[in-house]
Amino acid sequence: MRAMDVITTDAVWAALEQVHDPEIPALSIVDMGIVTALDVTPDCITVTITPTFVGCPALEMIKDAIRTRLADLPIERVEVVVDYSTPWSTNRMTERGRAALASLGFAPPPRFDGEFEPEILLNAKCPNCGSTNTTLQSPFGPALCRAIYYCNDCRQAFEQFKPL
Amino acid sequence: MEHRAALEDLLFRMADDALIYGHRNSEWTGLAPILEEDIAFSSIAQDKLGHALALYTMLGQLGHPDPDTLAFTRQERQFRCCHLVELPTQDYAVALMRHALFDYAERNRYRLLEQSSFAPLAALAQKVRGEIKYHTFHASTWLRLLGREGTDESRARMQAALEMLFPYALGIFEPSRYEDELRASGIFAGEEELRQRWLDEIIPLLEEAGYRVPPLDSVQPCYGGRSGYHTEHLQPLLDEMTAVFRIDPSAEW
Repeated sequence: MRAMDVITTDAVWAALEQVHDPEIPALSIVDMGIVTALDVTPDCITVTITPTFVGCPALEMIKDAIRTRLADLPIERVEVVVDYSTPWSTNRMTERGRAALASLGFAPPPRFDGEFEPEILLNAKCPNCGSTNTTLQSPFGPALCRAIYYCNDCRQAFEQFKPL
Repeated sequence: MEHRAALEDLLFRMADDALIYGHRNSEWTGLAPILEEDIAFSSIAQDKLGHALALYTMLGQLGHPDPDTLAFTRQERQFRCCHLVELPTQDYAVALMRHALFDYAERNRYRLLEQSSFAPLAALAQKVRGEIKYHTFHASTWLRLLGREGTDESRARMQAALEMLFPYALGIFEPSRYEDELRASGIFAGEEELRQRWLDEIIPLLEEAGYRVPPLDSVQPCYGGRSGYHTEHLQPLLDEMTAVFRIDPSAEW
């Protein structure tokens, strides 16, 4: 590496936007809001991430994917740190991330102030027809972060990304 | 480090509870009465294993072996889980009632630990707060659906489960020999404080859902788990849980 090849923090953020959630590949980890800190020095990039759920099985895959993507950059070391001290919340998800979820047929997580109560789950909007005449089938879905619903108007099952 | 033995005892209790309870929940995968419940118990199992992993990782940072070694190679006598989580559940009413009794205790334990002077535990407690809300939401929904809003049969089965499990549930709060030290050091407010908060929450919840809570003075708590004396159900569970690991402990997954 030549000394003049200085990597900017913006360039690293741009690279991280190409690292995707393995369970919802349209969503980047930046849009998910799981990157809580980025430190770029001339010889090391340190990416701090906060897990969505403590038992999220995708965490190791995400760490590997970050290392693989950043390995393309001319830098000696990449460190990925997992740290709970900034707890993840669905409120951290970007507008672009929420739009990506909607385009895939997932209802984006409802925003909430302060602390969420699970009753917030009861009012989901169908991502297919826009109806709010929907029924929560189960707060647990095919991934830890998704709940299952049925739309009583268009009669389709759908999933909502769970508020956390 | 100061208060090391007291802290480690607390972490082993919590981690072993989460691991064993998580394993019991996973036994419903593919077998629960309806698909949504199959998914719910499987998801809760996954969350609990995540909590166990985080707690064993903390113990690793205090000088213990890696999480897999702690989870899969210790002898039965070295486990510190309470008897409630060890019980096998062939009856779904028992599974749901245990879920309510245990997860309301977990919720209150982690709430107290949000103030812990041991920073990694306080951070984990804040992190799992949202996850456990989904667990207690699920539990309280079924308490109500099968209780006040249920049938005579569902109420009777849930009531029988409550009476069978209540002494085990009180065993969650078996005091350790470190209670004073945990309190004084600000690591944890202690099992008695936790028991009181749990009672304040679970008794009204059960009564509003249509159940009769056994009078406390009639119940002998099931103690022993926290000092390594377990029911006859733990060893068979460990045998099954560790079977694949023991084939080749050095395997990479």
